[in-house]
Amino acid sequence: MIRVQREDFDVGAELERLTAGNPRIGAVASFIGLVRNMGGSDRVSALTLEHYPGMTERKLAEIEAEAHSRWPLDAALIIHRHGRLKPGDRIVLVATASPHREAALAACHFLIDWLKTEAPFWKSEETPAGERWVESRAEDDAARERWTPALKV
Amino acid sequence: MKLLYFAWLRARVGCAEEEVALPPRVHDVAGLLDWLRGRSDRHAEALRNLGLVRVAINQDYVGLSHPVRESDEVALFPPVTGG
Repeated sequence: MIRVQREDFDVGAELERLTAGNPRIGAVASFIGLVRNMGGSDRVSALTLEHYPGMTERKLAEIEAEAHSRWPLDAALIIHRHGRLKPGDRIVLVATASPHREAALAACHFLIDWLKTEAPFWKSEETPAGERWVESRAEDDAARERWTPALKV
Repeated sequence: MKLLYFAWLRARVGCAEEEVALPPRVHDVAGLLDWLRGRSDRHAEALRNLGLVRVAINQDYVGLSHPVRESDEVALFPPVTGG
């Protein structure tokens, strides 16, 4: 399941919902991304996330479908926020559920790595030096390459 | 053709969206970007380094040799930084 929203989310409630009514599930893995208070050596007072409505949902759904095709998952969830956020705020939740931990852990890792390089979101940071766009990181591309073969683009 | 710009590309071009009539000589993404650079100084500056420009047609990533049509929605944006 995919959700793109401005509002915060309740991690506990989301994980409860993910496994509700499915006693086959023996493992739930989750990743939560938060707004950091530093960008390089500059203090960040706020972060604004912009996205491409339509393509965002489409890419997240593709990534989720890819995870389901690679691992025996009973459920998967991606929630990504947009708009203006403060340090400590939640940005993203990725959660996966399966009968055993290996699939849940690997799929969760895959989903966040792919999301970071595929889903059309952009961050802009507010710092004492002014507002600036966050640059993509080579480490994120390398993280994604761990999971090749690639999704077709 | 509908063109969409995001993040710093939007800021540099100076608009989020524009409707353009595609010249007959433009057949692919590379040709489109080349033609767009000639539209204004702002376009030229925004599209100066193509290594920093990602292109999506009808919401799918495409490469420079992908064909373009008048009915396409073409989005230009920097490498993504979500998550």
